Amino acid sequence: MRRIVAAMSGGVDSSVAAAMLAEEARDTGVEVIGVWMRTHADLGEGYELKRSCCSPDALDDARRVAQLLDIPFFVLNLEREFGLHVIDAFADAYLAGATPNPCQACNQYIKFDELLRRGLAAYGADAVATGHYARLEHDGGRWRLLRAADANKDQTYFLWVLSQEQLSHTRFPLGELTKPEVRDRAEALALPTARKPESQEICFVPLGDYRTLLEERRGYAGEPGAIVDADGMRVGTHSGYAHYTVGQRHGLGVALGEAVYVREVRPERNEVVIGSRDEVAASTFVADARSFIAGQPPAERFDASVRIRHRAPDVACEVTLIGHDRFAVETAEPVWAPAPGQAAVLYDGNECLGGGRIARA
Amino acid sequence: MAADRIYLDHAATTPLRPEVLDAMLPYLTEHHGNPSSLHAAGRRARRGIDEAREAVAAMIGAQPREIVFTAGGTEADNLAIKGFAWAASANGRHIVTSAVEHKAVLNACAVMERSGFAVTYVGVDRYGRVDPADIAAAMGEHTTLVSVMAANNEVGTLQPVAEIGRICRERRVAFHTDAIQAAGQLPLDVDALSATLLSLSAHKLNGPKGVGALFVRRGTALLPQLQGGSQERQRRAGTEDVAGIAGFGRAASLVDLDEVPQLIELRDRLIDALTGLPGVELTGHPTERLPNSASFVIEGIEGGDLVAALDLEGIEASTGSACTSGSTEPSHVLLAMGIDPLLAHGSLRMTLGRDTTPEQIDRTITVTRDVIGRLRSAMAPRPVAASA
Repeated sequence: MRRIVAAMSGGVDSSVAAAMLAEEARDTGVEVIGVWMRTHADLGEGYELKRSCCSPDALDDARRVAQLLDIPFFVLNLEREFGLHVIDAFADAYLAGATPNPCQACNQYIKFDELLRRGLAAYGADAVATGHYARLEHDGGRWRLLRAADANKDQTYFLWVLSQEQLSHTRFPLGELTKPEVRDRAEALALPTARKPESQEICFVPLGDYRTLLEERRGYAGEPGAIVDADGMRVGTHSGYAHYTVGQRHGLGVALGEAVYVREVRPERNEVVIGSRDEVAASTFVADARSFIAGQPPAERFDASVRIRHRAPDVACEVTLIGHDRFAVETAEPVWAPAPGQAAVLYDGNECLGGGRIARA
Repeated sequence: MAADRIYLDHAATTPLRPEVLDAMLPYLTEHHGNPSSLHAAGRRARRGIDEAREAVAAMIGAQPREIVFTAGGTEADNLAIKGFAWAASANGRHIVTSAVEHKAVLNACAVMERSGFAVTYVGVDRYGRVDPADIAAAMGEHTTLVSVMAANNEVGTLQPVAEIGRICRERRVAFHTDAIQAAGQLPLDVDALSATLLSLSAHKLNGPKGVGALFVRRGTALLPQLQGGSQERQRRAGTEDVAGIAGFGRAASLVDLDEVPQLIELRDRLIDALTGLPGVELTGHPTERLPNSASFVIEGIEGGDLVAALDLEGIEASTGSACTSGSTEPSHVLLAMGIDPLLAHGSLRMTLGRDTTPEQIDRTITVTRDVIGRLRSAMAPRPVAASA
């Protein structure tokens, strides 16, 4: 290997990942190239996301870290691609009554596609390293994706969609570390990003207000419609179906004496269906757009554990393949609100097998 | 390492010549006085500025008293546009400029628009050239100022400034030209250009950064843009950057237009080789262009990727103006020339300097060809603009 691209967001994780590679480079001679991806335009003054990886502050931080590590640093302009594959897809998911998964889309189409492909060509590198918490093992001629040593930080939930080809050009330097260890390393190296707070919000949605984005991006202003219960009885009025996601509790304006949650969003009828806690849980669901890390599924029917949202607990399940790109999941115990559009990620112990996108019932 | 590198970004900035550094150092060390002070130390510093003023004035056929030193080319442009437009505002509030000016001029004009002035942005042809007839047609009875650059910083195209200047003189309208890229490469004479105002920058001609000058023709009223002391004949307040100005003066006196034919030969060698590659087009005028400037659009690649890849191969180029490189929008210059926005993303600018060698150009040709091929293969799934 001659060169490796370190994707740098300006956050502490990718800063430390780049620093670890730069340290290694002293022995291996592999040149490290820092790259910051511009994924969307600045949102303008007073609209700036302090913690977003795309703010001018983040660019300054990433550049400063690259200077301290004494590595070349470039800005890769991926605004068009991010707009198409991440932001538009995010809006379209809501319009289809689903819950978008932008971090996965960013990994799938931006970091491990555009950055990988263009970065490798432009910089003559052989691999891309990111600050994800995940581990890779090369074993028996194939790459295995394993959960991070820090179970709290594990990000395989957003990485299940990667292919063997992508993984063969990928490095996750932080996989064996815990978050506190990463912060300690950042402190020890006196990186300016050492004490940066965790980014939580979606980087391109100012203040979590995705309704404005739906309007600006897709002209969706929201038309009031019916909130109905399981029997189809109208129990309230919503501001537009795309403003609701499965599992949502707040903002329904419905008082039925017990806590109610969004159970289903029906774009065709501009309807939001609610239910009790028990009604929103499910033991069976179907996922489409399936993908397996190994390139093919382990079997037509197999036991695994499934995770249906980031940081949700894993639940034991049986997986049955359906057709060419779907699978059915039957869980040992009900899972809370499987939301169409979110990933159902399958594991065998610590190994991420792959997954699919939860489909509408 | 640095010795092996090939620097082809002289339009962004040029290396400081050793003679220029020698001229500057005394003013950073023993001659520490404030040029406005009456004592010997002050008088010594004043002498540095006066000598530099003569040298800069001589470069453009001006009188020393017509030179106002500024903290760079951008300030000179701002002082010209805002300072003149306000001073002449009793006679009219209309400015004529071109669509391909540097952002220093365009954004200064935008500020004037917000202050109630009207600005006409005259378009250009596909080579980036302004037609003087279009300038004449845009001028009205309220026009007080025309501003057209001598040479474009992105695509190198020379503007017919002598003719534009003549039209302005006949109509008794002030003419400003941003000659920042042209200085050092083209003969500049403020009378031949009929210029009322002319902007210069030291670091484009092997001088230091942060120093510029505005030529202000005798008798031209100007509203200062900085309020303070009476330096620079009350046109630019603030204690002078004596060392920087001394460096500017030395750099101006070292300009040697006899070096230009060699630049043109190397430039054309580069242009001929790269435009021979499929999907590579020259931008700007084929002959009426700056001696050191080669600029292209390349189908199917992102200019930023190409510049990064070249950098890792030891070649320092740019996508266009360094002053707009933080932006992801395609260049306003290329768009004004009618180049497809998608194609405009594949811009490359290589600008030569007095130290550029034939060997460097040959290596640049080989490496650029290889890198374009490598990038195209990686970008293949992306849409490619229709060939212009």
